[in-house]
Amino acid sequence: MFKDKTVIVTGAASGIGQAIAVEFASLGANIALCYHSRTPETTLALCEEKGAKTLAVQGDVSDFNFAKEFTKKVKDEFGTIDVLVNNAGITNDMLLVMMKEEEFDNVITTNLKGTFNMVKHVASFMVKKRTGAIINIASVVGITGNAGQANYAASKAGVIGLTKSAAKELAARGITCNAVAPGFIETSMTEILTDDQKAEIFKNVPIKRGGQPEEVAKAVSFLASQSYITGQVLNVDGGMVM
Amino acid sequence: MVFEKIQEIIAEQTGKDESEITLETNVKEDLDADSLDLFQIIQSIEDEFEIEIEDYNAITTVQDAVNVVESLKQN
Repeated sequence: MFKDKTVIVTGAASGIGQAIAVEFASLGANIALCYHSRTPETTLALCEEKGAKTLAVQGDVSDFNFAKEFTKKVKDEFGTIDVLVNNAGITNDMLLVMMKEEEFDNVITTNLKGTFNMVKHVASFMVKKRTGAIINIASVVGITGNAGQANYAASKAGVIGLTKSAAKELAARGITCNAVAPGFIETSMTEILTDDQKAEIFKNVPIKRGGQPEEVAKAVSFLASQSYITGQVLNVDGGMVM
Repeated sequence: MVFEKIQEIIAEQTGKDESEITLETNVKEDLDADSLDLFQIIQSIEDEFEIEIEDYNAITTVQDAVNVVESLKQN
């Protein structure tokens, strides 16, 4: 389905980003990754096992010039960019009243500005081709808010606003832009929680379990494979938010 | 030379005839172009003349574009 298409996934060393990269690799796409702190060797190996051509570049998406250079490298390597998945994100949980200025800024900068940087540079290229799909990974807490995550929830609410604005601006050029909002997904970001904390969370999840990264990846590849859904937020959360 | 090349780029992006495009032409108002058309025209001008235009908002007419290119080419 994605044969000879090129898909960019940011933050693909593990978890949801890794599952998204592998999903597109199994659908025949070339995979371009960028990574910051953790190296993506496992992701690259899994993608190459599926027969995908890969490119991995180290850098920080919140750096405007890195986003520009990374986009150019992908164009030079594969000749095209068809799908952009903005997944790179961090948390730094803290009650708002205890939160330091830099703890707020760091999360907003990586999650929100990083997404802007990539959308700006990739969309500038996609408008020439008059086709493309952008999927931003938000979070259900961007819709509901969450105690202890004022910075993260604000960044993800910001991503949703950015997604809808980009969808309106780019629709006339055949480019769709949607957000996927995961709920509780079993990754390293959530494994720090105790079993008691998880049980408490699952009380509010009609499908009484955590989601798998692959279940988020399926939603992303679905949105990338269609052309008449844009500006939407698709919750992948076991029914937590409806 | 600069004008002719810009005229060609604008004609290609907007689908208008080159004869309709003069120095006085306001790209958006006179050629039914939208903001993204203007953005793409400026991108193509940057590629063609191998320059980087800092302020995209400074260009509304063909004359603006010619002036920006000529001043950047001189430096």
